Amino acid sequence: MASFWAKEVPATLLVAALLIWVMPMLIGTYTLTVLVIYGMLGFSLGLIWGFGGILCFGQAAFFGLGAYTYAIAAINIGDSTLPMLLAVLVPAGFAALLGAMMFYGRLTDVYLGVITLVVTLILFKFINSTAGPGYVIGKARLGGFNGIPGFQTLNVPGRPDVYIFGDPFYYFCAVLLLIVYLLVSWLLKSSFGRVAIGIRENETRVALMGYDVRARKTVLFSIGAAIAGLAGALFANWGEIVTPNLFSLGQSAEIIIWCIVGGLGTRVGPIVGAAGLAYLKFLLGQQSMIDNTLLTGIILVLFVLFLPKGLVPAVVSLWRISFGQRRSIRKHGARRIRSGSMGNG
Amino acid sequence: MDLVFVIIVEMLYAVASLVLISAGLAIVFGMMKIINLAHGEFMMMGGYATITAVKLGVNIFIAMLIITPLVVGLIGLVVERLVIRHLYGRLVATMLATWGLSLFFIGLATMIFGNTTTGISTPISGFTVGNYQVNGYNFFIILVAILLLGLMYAVLKGTRLGLIARGAMQRPDMAAALGYSPERIYMATFFCGAALSGLAGAILAPLVGLVPTSGGAYIAKAFITVIAGGPSLITGLMVSSGLFGFISQIFTFAVSPVIGEVALLLAAVVLLRLLPQGVTGKFFRGRM
Repeated sequence: MASFWAKEVPATLLVAALLIWVMPMLIGTYTLTVLVIYGMLGFSLGLIWGFGGILCFGQAAFFGLGAYTYAIAAINIGDSTLPMLLAVLVPAGFAALLGAMMFYGRLTDVYLGVITLVVTLILFKFINSTAGPGYVIGKARLGGFNGIPGFQTLNVPGRPDVYIFGDPFYYFCAVLLLIVYLLVSWLLKSSFGRVAIGIRENETRVALMGYDVRARKTVLFSIGAAIAGLAGALFANWGEIVTPNLFSLGQSAEIIIWCIVGGLGTRVGPIVGAAGLAYLKFLLGQQSMIDNTLLTGIILVLFVLFLPKGLVPAVVSLWRISFGQRRSIRKHGARRIRSGSMGNG
Repeated sequence: MDLVFVIIVEMLYAVASLVLISAGLAIVFGMMKIINLAHGEFMMMGGYATITAVKLGVNIFIAMLIITPLVVGLIGLVVERLVIRHLYGRLVATMLATWGLSLFFIGLATMIFGNTTTGISTPISGFTVGNYQVNGYNFFIILVAILLLGLMYAVLKGTRLGLIARGAMQRPDMAAALGYSPERIYMATFFCGAALSGLAGAILAPLVGLVPTSGGAYIAKAFITVIAGGPSLITGLMVSSGLFGFISQIFTFAVSPVIGEVALLLAAVVLLRLLPQGVTGKFFRGRM
């Protein structure tokens, strides 16, 4: 824990500040903002899947729920501060209920996948069918497949007429991602995080050691949903409209692909995977020769077959082989020579 | 009286279409413990194969029942050889790889056929019962579903091939020790599963407007039907299709089609919570 505060936090802050400063010179802030938001979304699944071992096929459900909560609350309240909070709390609460139902029922892998997938589909179908004027929450019409446009976007707390958009919104999102990243890093270093990783490795063993596996999984699931909800609220602010497509299976698939490509079990991996693939998709969207979905599919298949650990772990091990290892070999070699001379002599 | 008849036909039709949709996935999952998330896209390709064949002047029944299963089965075979066989025994990896394949096929179909709705008309005309119009094609679907279940039962129970397949399903190591290569059995099984998916897509093609993303509408239903069915292949398929078809039709008639779909999905969630091993994990144990 001491090295976390002394080394990791300053290092992270430094790298993040550098990135936040440099990136707008390479990519326009409008695109960059959505990359940051997707990074946060990827990070949320990377946390519960990579560190908790919970493969959620419906992370998009929490993303969409966050976005819709924000939009509906913003129309009704008119100031963005409370809606932002609600957009984090509602998905977290929903996930806590859903998680409790699944984990206390001892559902695992495939069955977990089915239930999360089905819940996402239910939300998608339900929201899609709410086009009629009867579906109203407060002042907000749900609008069915047309979505909800024209809600209050992010403003300075307490001053609904001072909007945060453009470059300041980019910095706002980036700093939020940094805060979330640091909080999760701290969580993983704490005993809760260590037990969560233990559960991923061997659930029975952790249960036999006296930890309540079900409660811990539920809490972790709910934290992941809260982060996804926050990303959803930011996305709603970025797009200035929310549509049922946020809940779609395609969206869920993309989040999973980001995590696989970036690297599971790392914190940076899903963020890099999400931002990288989303940018690739943006670039590919400007040409029409090859279909976008086709390429996404090929990327996923190739990664599962040839690089199942993902990019970031692969790069890290490559780095170790070419730089880190040499030093340790030299050290190791020196020690061996000394011990060898002692043993043989 | 007429209404009762219509409702019964609609219910049987709902059950039969669930059986058709899920059969291919059930075989692949039951035999090989692989969740094929590209199942919906196999159905979509089945639909396109049928429509293409019909437009080339082939009789629609030949196109649906013979050409399409062969074409889609062969595509499945290629997929199995190139991708799936490297991933046996890794459940999550196969799910992800087949999800990638499904996106690949959607993209491919979009590039070939364009992102527009295509369709063919139903080959069997409807008739009236009292004040109600009944779609004659529904009876064809019910018939095919019954024949399909019968055929699956006969092959698995009555033939030597079925015996080997069931043996390999229970103990692949034992089957291998007796000289039957599990790899070849798996290959054949995947071919059959893909062919059945293609058949289902072909038979449902006249009822829906086909777009490259059509597969997504089926995969979730097929997925939950198979999982809720549990380990016994045919009994599980029948029980869960019957249950879900019944529930969704009741709510469709009582409220609306959308609520029917939502009720089906909710029923699946509740069922899995109560019986995590599927219906046949608890009841009808040891049946096929």
